[in-house]
Amino acid sequence: MSDWKPNIIVFACNWCTYQGADLAGSLRYKYPSSINIVRVPCSGSIEAEYIVEALHKGADGVLVGGCHPGDCHYKEGNHKALRRFNLLHRLLVDMGVEPERVRLEWISGSEGKRFAQVMNEFDATIRKLGPSPNGRNGNA
Amino acid sequence: MVSKTGVYVCHCGENIAGSVDVAKVVNYSTTLPGVSVSREYLFMCSDPGQELIRKDIEAGIVDRVVVAACTPRTHEPIFRKALEDAGLNQYLFEMANIRDQDSWAHWGDKEGATQKAQRLIASAVAKANLLQPLQQRYVEVEKSTLVVGAGVSGMFAALDLAGMGYKVWLLDRNPSVGGNMAKLDKTFPTNDCSACILTPVMVQVANHPNIELLTYSEVEAVNGSIGNFNVTVRKKQTYIDWDKCTGCGDCVTACLGKTDNEFNEGLDSRKALYIAFPQAVPKRAVLDQDSCINCAGSHIGKEHKINAKSGEPMLAPCEKVCKTGACDRTLAHDSGGESFDINVGTIIVASGYQAMPKEPFKEYSPDSPNVITCMQLERILSATGPTDGEFHRPSDGQKPKTVAFISCVGSRDKNHHVYCSKVCCMYMLKEARLIKEKYPETEVYIFFIDVRTPGKDFEEYYNYCRELGIKIVRGRVGAVDQLPGDGLRVRAYDVDMDTPVTLEADLVALATAMEPSAGLADLGRKLGITCGSEGFLKEVHTKLYPVETSVKGIYIAGCAQGPKDIPESVSQSRAASSAAAVPLTAGRVPVEPFSSSVDQEKCSGCGICVPLCPYSAISREEIDGKVRAGIEIALCAGCGVCAAACPSLAITLQGFTADQIFAQIDALTSVAGGGPID
Ligand code: FES
Repeated sequence: MSDWKPNIIVFACNWCTYQGADLAGSLRYKYPSSINIVRVPCSGSIEAEYIVEALHKGADGVLVGGCHPGDCHYKEGNHKALRRFNLLHRLLVDMGVEPERVRLEWISGSEGKRFAQVMNEFDATIRKLGPSPNGRNGNA
Repeated sequence: MVSKTGVYVCHCGENIAGSVDVAKVVNYSTTLPGVSVSREYLFMCSDPGQELIRKDIEAGIVDRVVVAACTPRTHEPIFRKALEDAGLNQYLFEMANIRDQDSWAHWGDKEGATQKAQRLIASAVAKANLLQPLQQRYVEVEKSTLVVGAGVSGMFAALDLAGMGYKVWLLDRNPSVGGNMAKLDKTFPTNDCSACILTPVMVQVANHPNIELLTYSEVEAVNGSIGNFNVTVRKKQTYIDWDKCTGCGDCVTACLGKTDNEFNEGLDSRKALYIAFPQAVPKRAVLDQDSCINCAGSHIGKEHKINAKSGEPMLAPCEKVCKTGACDRTLAHDSGGESFDINVGTIIVASGYQAMPKEPFKEYSPDSPNVITCMQLERILSATGPTDGEFHRPSDGQKPKTVAFISCVGSRDKNHHVYCSKVCCMYMLKEARLIKEKYPETEVYIFFIDVRTPGKDFEEYYNYCRELGIKIVRGRVGAVDQLPGDGLRVRAYDVDMDTPVTLEADLVALATAMEPSAGLADLGRKLGITCGSEGFLKEVHTKLYPVETSVKGIYIAGCAQGPKDIPESVSQSRAASSAAAVPLTAGRVPVEPFSSSVDQEKCSGCGICVPLCPYSAISREEIDGKVRAGIEIALCAGCGVCAAACPSLAITLQGFTADQIFAQIDALTSVAGGGPID
């Protein structure tokens, strides 16, 4: 159990958070290798099912990353993402998922440092929570 | 059909191989479902690297390609081209980002980075196996460009494009073109008079048949994409009919309202009715309503009051003297000005910088009128400035005997801007030299942290200044104190002598930082381009794509991108104009085929997607007697909002289908961190 390393999926919009992740790397900001990015065009394109599926398949944490409000490359995809996310988050919590396992963050293409900070922090949070009950190392 | 996916793992020299066990990753890749071959190479993007891919495609071994290397943001187009060259549809390609998002971020954790590379490749392969060939679309390009900002950068970009025969709209929020350079007295390293080299260019842009000036205007909204940007421009209200105004200046002389003169950096005042500066282009008057005192009770849009005695209407002085009828205060001027749309194929942003004011620097006694910014000193030295070029200090108009310059004010300072503004060392030396040459008896001190003079003929300039007797002190200035009378005392630490020093001076000039001009972030937002952490607009790649932005068809030039001197700004603006001309010359540009499509079988016609689309590309239409959603491909930008919202799962976003993403999730979760790899 001490060797346990979480598996975290980050859905990152192509125009902000994905770029922020690239910048974090090129500036050599470190964060744990538990973070796995799936590139999507916009946070607004992330279906609720993606998040549910990721948890169901055993991800220990899921993060949705988009552009800051007002900065979405497709005008307002992130507003829609936010509304959808809040709804889903409530449902997931009702279903017994710890609220901290699923998170939404606005990270811009120039926030390389913040990308790394958020990932470090998220990884730490998930480690504290321990393996997801649905996770590879859980019992489900 | 079973796919034959080829996996190509790049070492990127040591960049990837230094942190990822490439051989292990390559071996692992061959075990993934659908993979027919897995190879590695030192630099996949080099020609021999691409040749590996082309050969495998041509030999029929591979019909899907995954490259595990750097980031698709810069390298996807390169590899797609290789597929296309080998006769494979370029969209049967996926990248695994194992450098920027793996080896670099997890340097020193070879095991973690290697396992992550395996997961990322598994994810890319899972997606690649499900990729479908897509057809690239093309759009016709509107053969015109909008240049935002008419300083030296914007003007040169406009002239280049206009010279190539393209229509250019040159926009500036000020009433005149010219930008900050118009305020400068002389320019280093040749000490040319700034106005002498700039004003001819200002006249050229005004007279060029292909350039339309939009001064005193702002960008209100930007829609569309490369080839067809629709820009809403707002021409601010001038309250003067520019078609009739001849720029004679009579109204300016007559005007009684006053405010700070921004052209002279607030050192003197200007009228409420003003012409930006004597050499303004276009030379037209503007009424600044905020400082207008409505002489003779004449309010804009109201009938004149009638003089009780004479029975004549009472005109304001400005109206009285205007001979052309350009000044008519009774007209119902819309204070918001006038908005209209223009269509352009490309956009160049050259919106410049602003020099920091002195006020934030409390330690340097900004309350003293004799503590000024170097930009203010520039105006004092200029023949068109508040003192007509006479070297007078603001408090009492006396000629200063001792002048102290302080460098890096607001630059290289974590309390303000961490970056170096790049031009301050040289402009301080220039101003010091102008003073010393004209008034050799003046004592001139420059307090530097470091002297940075890289550039053609710059070091020679510095040496010359020292020979002139300008004194260079190396060390930070801690404070400037006000002395009784109008004097000042500079307290510093001389690093070379390792001792504190003080200097009494009559005038202190602060070399304040260049910072992003006001409203730049807002402009960036309208254009969809991002600002870097320091607030300047961000290029795609510092070295290779320095004028491109993350939005295709929008380019940046000059100080909007970061601090620069004039030669550099001009070079970059000419680079931007040539980049902006590429799509105009090509006449059509490819657009990515990542648009959404509706499965008419699954669509229930509920219409949830219709109002969600930010581009109004979806409508409900009747197909075979049933109401269904229909997507207008030309309007779809491929955000995927509709696909994510569709309750019937009837909408698919090409290139990012739900199946593909589910497959990625599956792959990422089944290749565990410490799980079943070995
Ligand atoms: S593009 Fe980043 S959230 Fe829409």
